[in-house]
Parts: sequence; structure tokens; C-alpha cells
Amino acid sequence: MSDTPFVPGLVEDADRVKAHSAWLEWVSTVDHKRIGLLYLFTTLFFFCVGGAEALLIRIQLAWPNNTFLSPDEYNQIFTMHGTTMIFLVVVPVLLGLANYLTPLMIGASDMALPRLNAFSFWVFLFGGILLYFSFATGQAPNAGWFSYAPLSENSYSIRPGLDYWALALLGIGVGTVATAINLIVTIVTLRTEGLTIRRLPLFVWMVLINSFLIIFALPALNASLVMLLVDRLLNAHFFTHVGGGSPVLWQHYFWSFGHPEVYIMVLPAFGIISEVIPVFSRKPIFGYGFVAASTVAIALLSVGVWAHHMFAVGLGHAWEYAFGASSLLIAVPTGVKIFNWIATMWGGSIRFTTSMLFAIAFLFTFTIGGLSGVIFATVPIDWQVTDTYFVVAHMHYVLFGGTAFAVMAGLYYWFPKMTGRMLDERRGVWNFWLMFIGFNTTFFVQHFLGLAGMPRRVYTYGDLPGWAVMNLISTIGAFVLGISVLVLLWNIRISRQTGAPAGDNPWNAWTLEWATTSPPPEHNFDAVPPVHGRRPLWDLTHPQEVRP
Amino acid sequence: MRTKLAMGVFIGSEAVFFAFLIAAYIYYAAATVHGPNAANSLDPPRTLIFTVCLLASSGTLWFAERRLAAGSRNGFRVWLGATIVLGLAFILGQAMEYIGLTRKTVTPARNLFGATFFTLTGFHGFHVICGLISLSVLLGLALRGNFSAKAAAGTAAISMYWHFVDVVWIVIFSLVYLRVWV
Ligand SMILES: [Cu+2]
Repeated sequence: MSDTPFVPGLVEDADRVKAHSAWLEWVSTVDHKRIGLLYLFTTLFFFCVGGAEALLIRIQLAWPNNTFLSPDEYNQIFTMHGTTMIFLVVVPVLLGLANYLTPLMIGASDMALPRLNAFSFWVFLFGGILLYFSFATGQAPNAGWFSYAPLSENSYSIRPGLDYWALALLGIGVGTVATAINLIVTIVTLRTEGLTIRRLPLFVWMVLINSFLIIFALPALNASLVMLLVDRLLNAHFFTHVGGGSPVLWQHYFWSFGHPEVYIMVLPAFGIISEVIPVFSRKPIFGYGFVAASTVAIALLSVGVWAHHMFAVGLGHAWEYAFGASSLLIAVPTGVKIFNWIATMWGGSIRFTTSMLFAIAFLFTFTIGGLSGVIFATVPIDWQVTDTYFVVAHMHYVLFGGTAFAVMAGLYYWFPKMTGRMLDERRGVWNFWLMFIGFNTTFFVQHFLGLAGMPRRVYTYGDLPGWAVMNLISTIGAFVLGISVLVLLWNIRISRQTGAPAGDNPWNAWTLEWATTSPPPEHNFDAVPPVHGRRPLWDLTHPQEVRP
Repeated sequence: MRTKLAMGVFIGSEAVFFAFLIAAYIYYAAATVHGPNAANSLDPPRTLIFTVCLLASSGTLWFAERRLAAGSRNGFRVWLGATIVLGLAFILGQAMEYIGLTRKTVTPARNLFGATFFTLTGFHGFHVICGLISLSVLLGLALRGNFSAKAAAGTAAISMYWHFVDVVWIVIFSLVYLRVWV
């Protein structure tokens, strides 16, 4: 026996496979770039689905006592919106970018475990399909994205929607952990010569830390899900009060995953911003070591703050103060990063490309989201605004104004590398302003709705002073946001066919992915340039300069 | 190297998963007042016999690896086969235990002891079965004469996994069985 794995008819069929339709190549691919693109296509699709659900929610809430959706339909739609955006869009779009970029940025030809990589993607896709198949059973999951017990138990939700929810998330979780393992092994073992851990691009740093966070946080979700399934399918009582179970245990378990998950959804976004801002400011990042080290601090702290989601439960003051304090603490390393990015821009010759516009918008909106988040760490304020629209506003400022804007910055930045064509800047500026204005119109006003006491997750509301007009403003904003997404889709479609040719390095960037052709060949590099510092391509053209 | 590192990270993740199930068992063991519990339903001496089988299987797998390193292909096959037989014995013991408990209507639906006990030991058993499937694949390769570098890397990684599953059982056995026996 030889060392090659046994694949039936490997050699003789190679030509025939090539001649086969293109989609078979995509289905059978183990190339990290194709898998990355599959992630990006899939998440873009689910983003549109989740966005459509958001519009249904906003139509229902546009004015008081609306009957567009029934209460039961409304519960399903907001549950599916949250679950879709978190598990099928935000986390996997970042994994998709990590998949595409990590090997290129470290000068490798592929991920360390290419077949495991393909497995991760497909198990994620089928998890997503399973989640949406629940509609065909008569009722989609309807207990919110964190499915609090006992609402998620048989006594309140007897139809199988939540079984699909739990099984789908288990599948997606397995894929996510597998990708994280793959990324860690890739970054540890496949870096090109000279690319020490202190020279890693910050995006790769963030991906590495993020992967460790996934490894240790996702099992908490998986354990919660299997216990919920035992409750639902075998009539156990882990989380129901009947029989001595504890609904609060679900909250502890879920949020020990759920809070690290917040950082899983934002750390790679920090990485994108840390690549985009220096390149378009023509300066190296300010405080490289601090950005990396403070992220390690965030990751460590993030596993000790979960109970700030549970201040309304009545944990006892001592616990509440402890978790309030740890939550205030974690804001520090996050907040200082904002100064790192501003200091990088300071005195730089800034190029206001669409990518840079999104990065700057990220600084604004993410800071607002961070500030409203710090407020929740103060226990009495949390009691006042928890489960109101203030929370909805906060979390969208972090996830949309934060992560989604960063992903947009990354998309405009790396699209030329992925396709060989520029993503049109004129349409890009339209895309940016519509999205920025639409986003702020939708969500800024929700802070005030929350302070006025409007609870989240209610299917309608009475005609209280100011509520109708604020909700209408929010709904109008949501439609502007929807239009901005259409502009994006249109831009991607047109630019892919007729966009200006990008060349290898259209932005004069300095990390390794720009050293190869756009799009890169299947093996990525014909020759990886030597690495003597953090900006290898800059070093090539400025050999006399002192390297950071 | 890659395979072993990947397995090491995976084991770290799995350890957290079991930590959550074990914590739930401890938390709920105290809350179970009525009906079956570990003290009145389990048979620790009998489980000890099957525990010895599982622990021995870690030893036999270690011998198998030693034989492989020494270049003895037949020795590897024999010790690997012994590992699988011992693992099967453990699963058989667990199946008998489950059947006995179910006859006494100790089930996940009965009370919190049932729920946590079956979830914890059930997921451990599931991991043992996954390990047995992997070991059988290795044995299949060895019987077909495949001793490639890839197969060796796979052997090293699966062996790490098998020892990990063993260690988890030592923790479960101490917490669930020994605590009420001694
Ligand atoms: Cu949190």
C-alpha cells in the first residue's frame, strides 16, 4: 500500500471531473479560498433572509395595535431573525473571511486540515437548512434566540420547532469548533519562514484568539442544548420547575456561552479594522503589542462576566456586584483599542475609500454600542432598562454598527483580491451612506423607546405618547437599510463582471495576501516573499527603513 | 504534529463539555430527594469490573503503540485488537446497567438523578463508541498492511483521544459511583 489515501479512480477520473459542471467542483472543493467564498455566499444569502424577517418585524411595529403579524407568527419571526443573524450570518461570515485570508496572510498554501475544513462548511450549511426546515413542521422556533426555559420546554412549546432549533445549533456548533481547531493548527504550524508570532498580521492574531474562545465557549452551548433535548424528547426536568429542575441553570449555562459569543462575533471584526485603518492611513498600527495583548485580556475576562445578563433574576447582591465589576473591567481593554485606531489615523494621510468610510463609521457606532453596554454593568440601571428596546438598540449598535460595518470594510478591502476586480467605489459610497443613515435612523431612536419603557419582543403596543412616531421612524430607517443592502448586491453583481481590474495590490497594502495574484492561484503563492517585519511588502519597497 | 495538535485542541474543547455535564450532575445530585438516586439504584462493584476493562484498554493501547514503534506489526494488531475487545466489554457493561435501571423504571423522565445520570454516562458512552469506531478503522488499516506515516499520525491522535475518554470515566466513576460506595 502506498501513502496516498484511497480514493476510487483518483487518477483516471481527474479529467472527467474537470469537464463536469462547475458546481460539482464547488461541492467537492477542499480549497480554503473556495470554502471561504462558499461561507461568504451562504452568509450573504442568510443575511438577506434575516433582513427580510427584520423588515416583517418593523412593518408589524410601524404603528400601534397593528395586526400584520399574529402574536405567534411574531414570536417565530423574531426568534428566527436573531438565531439567523447570530449563528448563520455574523459568526460564519467572520469564519469565512478567516478561512479565505488566514492561509494567504501567513504565506501558506491551504489550511492545515483541508478536508475537515470542507466538513465544517457543509455541516454549517445543513444546520442552517435544518433550522429553516422547522417552518415545514408547522411552527418555527419561537422562544427567542436564547430560548429561556421554561418557554423552550414542552409545556409551552409542544410542537417540534425548538427541537429543530437545538439540533441545528448543535450541528452549526460542531462545524464552528472544527473550523476553530483548523485555524489554530494552521496558524501554529504553517506560518512562512520569518513570520514570528510578534509579526503576525493583527487580523490573524484576532482569528487565533477568537478560535481559542470558540474552543472553550461553544461546549457550554452544546451541553445546554443536549440537556434541553433530553428535557424535550425524553421528558426530563433539567430546566423545568416541576421535578426540582432549575430554569436559572439554563440561563447560567447559556450565558457562559452567550457572553463569550459576543466577543466571538466581534474580535475578528477588530482584526479587520486593524488591517484597514493602517493601510488607508499610510501608517503602521499604533500599539501593535497592545492590540494583541488586550485581546487576550478580553478573551480571558469574557468567560467571567456572563451573569450580567441575569441581573433581573435575583442572584443576590454580592454576585451582582461581582459580575457588574467584572463587566466594567472588560470595557477597559476594549475601549483602549478605540484609541489605538484613532492614534493610527492621527497624522496619517488618510484615503477615504468606501472601506475606510465603513471603518470610520465602525469607530463611531461601535463606541456608542460600547458605551450603552457599559451602562448595563451598573446593576440598578440594568434593572430599569433590561428587556426593553434599549437592549435592542445596544446590541444592534455592537453587532450591526460594529461587526457588520467592519465586515463591509473588509468586503470592500478584500473583494479585489477575491475576484480580481474592484468593488465599484461610486456605488460603494451610495452603499455606505444609505447603510449608515438607515442604520442610525433605525436604531438610535430605539434607545429612547427603551428608556420610555417599551419592552422588547412584544408583537404590538398601545398608543402611548411618542411611541408611535418613534416606531415609525425606526421602521422607515429599516427600509433605508434594506435599500442599502440592495445597492450592495447590485454593486457586487455589476463589479464582478465589469469592475476595474484590480492587479495584485490595488491599495498598496503590506500584508502577504497582496503579494500574489488577484484572485490567487489554487496553491496561493508561486514564491512567498521573505518576511523580516510586520509589513513584508512595505519592506520590499523600502529596504533602507527601520522595521517595526 | 498537525493531527496531534488538532486532537489536543479538540480534547480541550471536549473537556469543557464534560465539565458542564459533570457540574449539572453535582448540582442536581443534591437536589434529588425522592425516588431513585446513586446510593439506592447503582451497583458500584459491578461497574468497577467494567471500569477495570476500560482502564486496561488504555494500557493495551499503550502497548500497541510501543509495538508499532518497535516495528512489530503483528504485535500492534494483537494489542489493538485487545483494546477494542476491552472497550466493547465496557460498553456491554454499560448496556446491561442501563437495561437493569430501565426495568426498575429509573429513566431520564423519572427524576433529576435519572436525567443527569443518563445524560452524563450516556455521552461518555457515546464517546467510547466513537473511539471504538476509530480504533476499528485503525485495525482495518493495520490488517490490510497500511502502516503509512498518515496512519501512524492517526494512531497517535486516536490514542490521545482514547486516554482522554478513559480519564473522563475515572472522574465520572469517582463522582457518581465511588462517592456513594465508600
Ligand atoms: Cu454579556
